[in-house]
Amino acid sequence: MGPKIKIFKQKSTLFLLVFALFSLVSLKTYASGQEEHPATESDSLSAVAPHVGGHEEAKEEKVNITKVAFEHILDSHYWHFWGEGHETVALPLPCIIYSSTKGVQFFSSAVFEHGHASFGAYSLVEEEIISADPQEKITDLSITKNVVQLLLSAALIFWIFTSIAKSYKTTGVTSAPKGKQSFFEPLITFVRDDIAKDNIGAKSDKFVPYLLTVFFLILINNVLGMIPIGANLTGNIAFTFVLATCTLIITNVNANKNYWMHILMPPVPKALYIMMIPLEIVGIFTKPFALMIRLFANMTAGHIIVISLIGLIFVFQSLWVSPVAVAFTLFIDVLECLVALLQAYIFTLLTSQFIGAAVAEHHHEEGHEGEEHAH
Amino acid sequence: MTGSIAAIGAGLSAIGAGIGIGLIGGHAVEAIARQPEMYNKIQTTMIIAAALVEGVALFGVVVALMQGGN
Repeated sequence: MGPKIKIFKQKSTLFLLVFALFSLVSLKTYASGQEEHPATESDSLSAVAPHVGGHEEAKEEKVNITKVAFEHILDSHYWHFWGEGHETVALPLPCIIYSSTKGVQFFSSAVFEHGHASFGAYSLVEEEIISADPQEKITDLSITKNVVQLLLSAALIFWIFTSIAKSYKTTGVTSAPKGKQSFFEPLITFVRDDIAKDNIGAKSDKFVPYLLTVFFLILINNVLGMIPIGANLTGNIAFTFVLATCTLIITNVNANKNYWMHILMPPVPKALYIMMIPLEIVGIFTKPFALMIRLFANMTAGHIIVISLIGLIFVFQSLWVSPVAVAFTLFIDVLECLVALLQAYIFTLLTSQFIGAAVAEHHHEEGHEGEEHAH
Repeated sequence: MTGSIAAIGAGLSAIGAGIGIGLIGGHAVEAIARQPEMYNKIQTTMIIAAALVEGVALFGVVVALMQGGN
């Protein structure tokens, strides 16, 4: 019972760390000289349109599915619920900007009226706050849609795990689990036994808090992202970048001598060192990089597929397409439920394998057989 | 015919991933048929390998997506 409670305590501090890192990464500095560009590339894929044409007619003929899809998967200064143009129902979120000339400024994104109005020198172009003053550099620290969802999921995770920890404290670990305890206990023991212990070995307990944090953070945000009005947080590269960076740091900080020996003095003829050492060093970074891209691309691709299939109805402007589109969307959505779990599992599994490789005691070549039997 | 050549790139990376995951899945089925008691271990290894193949394919898709936007 004791260690378990301690684990959950550590988990919440780790979570705070993850959040702090996330806030650092989402800092975006825009040189204000860019403000001429966005108007010319407003049709481009990579650009988020400021909430599709507030002043456009609702009965517009052509529907730009790419624009709609990217609007759904990218971060925003509004939490958009439904509706287009004048009927838009969206929650304006707070904007916090640090200006190089005026210092910290705080206001609601409602002042921009979905990109159609400017606020003093500031205007919102394709979800970027830009200033009319070319001398002014803006650092955007806004509480955007993704940040709100991160805070929501943090609160959710905190509530779930403190209440589970409390029930272990009161009823002990030997009694039958109750309520949400019985839902989460198998998942927690799965992460602890099947992911951590199998891949890391004897020292796994030290890493279980991090693995549990990563697993549930990704899982809960994947699931929240699948709800139609939810934000696509796990499909945000900044978010996955922070998680991958945490894995990189934890792996290398805890790595033992064998790990570094393998990188700096690989078991190959000395003449090959000039090639092998740079490769091994690059390898340290490519593993978390692949983690980052995998989660980001999987979730983003899933969301794009769902929105594109629904979009087929509007592209063909026909009632007869809808049964097919809805059936396919249902199929993909069910598949996405599996992917939500699978991606959380894979991220955690690969993280524990990287950690396992870094903390393994034995030397690389002779160790393989021995390790397999140890399980 | 209109469209972006980036779509061909995305398609090619999908072909690669299809072949890779097909091989992994097929061989995993064979392995499980031979040794059903190793099911759990084979499944884990299979998922890891599939994830690695898929990761490479998704690099292709992401690059295609970025290029498609310009």
